[in-house]
Amino acid sequence: MAKRRSELGSLYKAGTGQWSWLAHRITGVGILLFLFAHIVDTALVAWGPETYNKVISLYHHPIVQIMELGLVGAVIYHGLNGIRIMIMDFWPASLLRHRELTWTTLALFAAAMAPIAWIMGRRILEDFGWLG
Amino acid sequence: MSVATRPAAPAPADMRRRRGFELWSWLFMRISGIVLLFLAVGHVLIMHVLETGVERVDFDFVARRWDNPLWRTWDWAMLSLALLHGINGMRVIIQDYARRPGWRVFWNSLFAVVGFGLFVLGTIIVFTFDASDFA
Repeated sequence: MAKRRSELGSLYKAGTGQWSWLAHRITGVGILLFLFAHIVDTALVAWGPETYNKVISLYHHPIVQIMELGLVGAVIYHGLNGIRIMIMDFWPASLLRHRELTWTTLALFAAAMAPIAWIMGRRILEDFGWLG
Repeated sequence: MSVATRPAAPAPADMRRRRGFELWSWLFMRISGIVLLFLAVGHVLIMHVLETGVERVDFDFVARRWDNPLWRTWDWAMLSLALLHGINGMRVIIQDYARRPGWRVFWNSLFAVVGFGLFVLGTIIVFTFDASDFA
């Protein structure tokens, strides 16, 4: 007997929980890979100002600053979503309201990112010369 | 990642040690996660958002910052916890996608070796850096 599509399941049929799980993984792996690079570039400070300043000036490039905004977003999302996971772990009654919990997490993320994107975004636009 | 992974049903004897490890791992992710909320989110806001962000970061900035042992301690605690938290997270992901035991050992070893090497490098730098060497 053929199974209904809903029983077979599909990656694209995911609910809010599964998307949050995926976003938590992607941001986690992204942050870890950046951390690897960041430990090395910070260690270069022991090779003196000339070496360190040359390497760190890479972070002042506007294209890299766009990626930097993504990094800040990833850290804040991963942290907020981590709080959501802990709420569900330690207070199981919250599972009954798990969708509202996810939307609250996303609302807090948006509320945090709006001023940050404004502050960092202006800097990027200034560096591109598109702002005053 | 894993939600409510606390094991419930009695496991066979050979599983028990593994279960104990996973329980500690689960607990560690939550405790280190809470600490990193302060250390890593604080770090990101201070370095990337406040004042002029990374534009102000150069050798002199690091030298002035690490003049204060508080920031060295902060950075070392963040280095240790972020590496352990991240590499343990990778272990969970590897468990999901690397099905063959040989590949699992390979990926886990790779991240463990890279992580340990970077931990040693970061620890040496954060505690031995002396800006007056370059004065």
